[in-house]
Amino acid sequence: MIEQLLQHISIPTLMCLIPLLPLLGAIANGKMYLFSTRSQWKPSHALSGTIAVVMPLISFLIVAVLFYIAMGLEDSHSVSTGPLFTWFGGTQWAVTIGLKLDQLSLIMALVVTGVGSLIHLYSVGYMSHDDGFAKYFAYLNLFLFFMLLLILGDSLPLMFVGWEGVGLCSYLLIGFWFTDIEKAKAGKKAFIVNRIGDFGFVLGIFFIWQALQPTAQPGDAILSFSYISTHAAFLAPVATAATLLLFLGATGKSAQIPLYVWLPDAMAGPTPVSALIHAATMVTAGIYMVARLNFLFVLAPTTLNVIAIVGCATAFFAATMGLVQDDIKKVLAYSTVSQLGFMFLALGVGAFSVAIFHVMTHAFFKALLFLGSGSVIHAMDGEQRLSMYGGLRKHLPVTFTTFLIGTLAIAGIWPFAGFFSKDAILWHVYSSGHFWLWLIATLAAGLTAFYMFRLVGLAFFGKRNPAGPHHVHPENSVTMLLPLVVLAVLSIIGGWVGVPHAMGGHDHIMTWLAPLFPTALHEAGNESTELFMGLGSMTWGAIWAIIAWILYSQHRGWADQMAARFKRCYTLLVNLYYVDQIYDAVVVQPLLWFSRSVLWQTVDAVLIDKILVGGSARIARLFGRVGTAMETGLVPHYVFLLVLGSVVVLGWMIL
Amino acid sequence: MIPWIASHILTITIFLPLVGVLPIMMLPRRFEEGSRAIALFFSLITFIASLAMWWLYQINAVDNGFTLIEQHPWIPTLNFQYFVGIDGVSLLMIVLTTLLIPLAILGAWNEIKTRRKEFMGLILLTEVGLLGAFAALDLFLFYVFWELMLIPMYFLVGIWGGKHRIMAAMKLLIYTLFGSLLMLVAIFVVYAKSGYQMNLIDLYQMKLDPGIQLWCFMAFALAFAIKVPLWPVHTWLPDAHTEAPTAGSVILAGVFLKVGAYGFYRIAMPLFPDAVLQAQPLLMSLSVIGIVVGALVAMIQPDMKRLIAYSSVSHMGFVMLGLASLTTEGVEGAVLQLVNHGISTGALFLLIGIIYSRTHTRQISDYGGIAKVVPWFSAAFIFVALSSAGLPGLNNFVGEFLTLMGGFAYGKVYGVIAAIGVILGAAYLLWLVERVFFGQVTNEHNKTLKDLNPRELTLLIPLMLLMVVFGVYPKLLLDPCMGSISTFLQLMGR
Repeated sequence: MIEQLLQHISIPTLMCLIPLLPLLGAIANGKMYLFSTRSQWKPSHALSGTIAVVMPLISFLIVAVLFYIAMGLEDSHSVSTGPLFTWFGGTQWAVTIGLKLDQLSLIMALVVTGVGSLIHLYSVGYMSHDDGFAKYFAYLNLFLFFMLLLILGDSLPLMFVGWEGVGLCSYLLIGFWFTDIEKAKAGKKAFIVNRIGDFGFVLGIFFIWQALQPTAQPGDAILSFSYISTHAAFLAPVATAATLLLFLGATGKSAQIPLYVWLPDAMAGPTPVSALIHAATMVTAGIYMVARLNFLFVLAPTTLNVIAIVGCATAFFAATMGLVQDDIKKVLAYSTVSQLGFMFLALGVGAFSVAIFHVMTHAFFKALLFLGSGSVIHAMDGEQRLSMYGGLRKHLPVTFTTFLIGTLAIAGIWPFAGFFSKDAILWHVYSSGHFWLWLIATLAAGLTAFYMFRLVGLAFFGKRNPAGPHHVHPENSVTMLLPLVVLAVLSIIGGWVGVPHAMGGHDHIMTWLAPLFPTALHEAGNESTELFMGLGSMTWGAIWAIIAWILYSQHRGWADQMAARFKRCYTLLVNLYYVDQIYDAVVVQPLLWFSRSVLWQTVDAVLIDKILVGGSARIARLFGRVGTAMETGLVPHYVFLLVLGSVVVLGWMIL
Repeated sequence: MIPWIASHILTITIFLPLVGVLPIMMLPRRFEEGSRAIALFFSLITFIASLAMWWLYQINAVDNGFTLIEQHPWIPTLNFQYFVGIDGVSLLMIVLTTLLIPLAILGAWNEIKTRRKEFMGLILLTEVGLLGAFAALDLFLFYVFWELMLIPMYFLVGIWGGKHRIMAAMKLLIYTLFGSLLMLVAIFVVYAKSGYQMNLIDLYQMKLDPGIQLWCFMAFALAFAIKVPLWPVHTWLPDAHTEAPTAGSVILAGVFLKVGAYGFYRIAMPLFPDAVLQAQPLLMSLSVIGIVVGALVAMIQPDMKRLIAYSSVSHMGFVMLGLASLTTEGVEGAVLQLVNHGISTGALFLLIGIIYSRTHTRQISDYGGIAKVVPWFSAAFIFVALSSAGLPGLNNFVGEFLTLMGGFAYGKVYGVIAAIGVILGAAYLLWLVERVFFGQVTNEHNKTLKDLNPRELTLLIPLMLLMVVFGVYPKLLLDPCMGSISTFLQLMGR
């Protein structure tokens, strides 16, 4: 019996289970929630929580097994289900549904299911007091389903399914506490801004589709990644347009200029959601997409430059906005935007594997930081303002220690995870000859250390703000502490898989990913320079960290004085460069006005209804009136008209 | 018996609802409530008959051309025939109709309180008109069915409609009659010029003089464009949809509009291929304008029924975009979109009818925060709204995607502008959802709303299941009509 069962569990079956298990979990919890709203029966937290945590955990184990299997494979390191069924298509081409795991998607899937499982576990504690417990986990599991579809999908349309699906879950989870209309609005904003990006994504697909059509035999899955990569040469003429449009999609999902505005608002969702979706996984989808299509992007140097510049600009501007935030989650949100900018910068200079390396380490430490902030918020009865905190290190020792580890990692201090990936980005930017981008990115890296240590200083050091909550709940939930500890460990050792040769490492992750990516677009730099610059970047980060620590935990008055001195600058930053207001005034309001006053009330109501439809009715009536008027019943009138008519007709014939 | 049914399955399907009209008419007024059950029964067996028809279609299908043909002389002296037959597209349209009518009847179960007999009878009569129009292969027969569905609809809106029903019904009648009359003239021009032919299959083979083609095409196109509706002849639709009773709105949005697009596909385009080529830029432009303008105007509507009505203008723009692109992808997408728009918008109107029956208001501002009060209703509404917004994995996505591909292949600028409609689609639907369901319950009356009852669940669950099925496996819909689509494109010279 069991043997029979095992025979049926082939690699494709296992692969299908990876996304399907979370989907099953989502359906189970969703049903339980819906039924509980109508009856006395309520699913126990233990039941919903167990289902929700176990499903991603099994997925994680399956990915781990497949990772092990793929490592053993000689040539390709990839496993795939092949086409499972045809979704739709034309006469010459088709879109087939299939899953594929290769070096890139394996790393992503490990991170998503691994970090995802931890955050599910954490949520069991964090959401334990919430009425919508089962609903929450239904959404969270559904998110994992779509995220895994995005990663495992072997074609652009299937990736797009996951792409929009994660956007949906993000929408649902940001607006999870929908009775607060601001939170619901934040969710809507996220979805619509993402749709603007998806507009680009879809059109990018169309460019590729059109260019590849002449090459296709009937039934070819021309939008699958393998087909696109083998026919990349045909795409050269449209590469720039297609990649720019796809990158527009990436700026939406991965919160880059000009579409980053939704991510800070997305912090309205429960904090574990911010950790999972808006820090560790979903927002890196744009980076994953560019890396997945690297063979296409290298055909378009213009696009790569655009990506590098946008990434660098986002990294810098978001970091400046993070400097002055009072909401603990907003600091982390801008930090996420900024870190995503770093990843795009890496992609833009052609260092694809470095970008993925940073995706991974960032997932560890940023998830850790968010979960840590969640612990703080949980302990402080939902208070999120840094100014209401202070001196928390004594009350929340585990949270403090792990949060500090995360902070050291993101600040780029050796030997924490962030050091290796961020240093690799800076090094590749520098050695590829983009001096100015390197300079700005380095500045942004310094700011990162600054705002993170500002946060640590304000929250964990100094004195408690008496205006804040009086009682700090002790940290005693194992489900919440365990993920913190595991992620803290990962934030320390996670970078060691990418220690560069210059520092005596083996650069495992680059070697692992190398077959997927083009060999470096530029000459590798000097190893001693690399080592020197690594030391430099760490020192640079440490200096900013120390400054922030002094300002915000030792001499808080100094910080206020500085804010007063640079008042204009400070106001600009506090108001986030007025970007939301500008978008509203330039795009949203004019569009609403145009729709209402011009299209609806003028074109539809007056022009078409009154003038065209009503006008033709009036003309018809006019003819009717004329006709009626002529029927006077007086013979002389008729004779007159008869004569008049004859004259006209005769005149017509003669002339 | 069975062979006889099999060979007349199409006629049986078309006229079964008419059989149901008889007992309803004979029902004494005091047992009037029973008319609902009779109507439901006959619409259900019509649905079953149409499924049998699908099965027979699968068996008999010839790759191109029509099956299940029945041809009898009707007015021999004039060469008018009772000539019906279906291809894949008409098959889907017929099944869509027979699916939505029972749901519309069930939706109207408690809504209609006066003159139930007449109401149910008229619904069945509309169904006959719709089914006939989808199956007719004789121009004059088509015209008869076309008018047959219009008249009952006029009464449905005018008698059981909302506050401004008379105005809405008049507008509907004037608009469509205007188109119909032009079409009638064009039918007789074609009839005269083709040597007194009404048989569509023979007419396909005839090439009319390009000059005449253009005029005839314009007349047909105007009649069909009003029905679709294409911008700028759409203004009857918001009024009619909004004022109609729920069942009327479901039938209007679900099937009525489809006859317009179907008319293009079956008659206006293949009869006048040269004219279509000339008019193609115009058709494409109007479709794109309809997509964007419909969505923009939907966004700012204060009345939720009117909002969905304008969204139909936008969605039907996608249909016409695909159809007029004359590409395989575009036409495939148009057919999918026809079916899926029927399902999703039909479901949206049912949902609005459900909430309206409790609150008696359609104003969005009268709602707010009701997700907490009616979780099932909210879940269903959001699900359907997402399907309507073209979320991948649900039914509307593939159709939208393919029509956009068609538009893009015809000219990039068309595809690009039309794709803006996808952004706007999310905007107006999610904004609607936010204003109705999220936030605090502001209106006292809404604090005691009742959630979905079993009858309403029976209505919605099949539609929601179909949304998933057609989203994941649209080949169920595409497979029966691929051959028909390529025949159509051959007729168009592609």
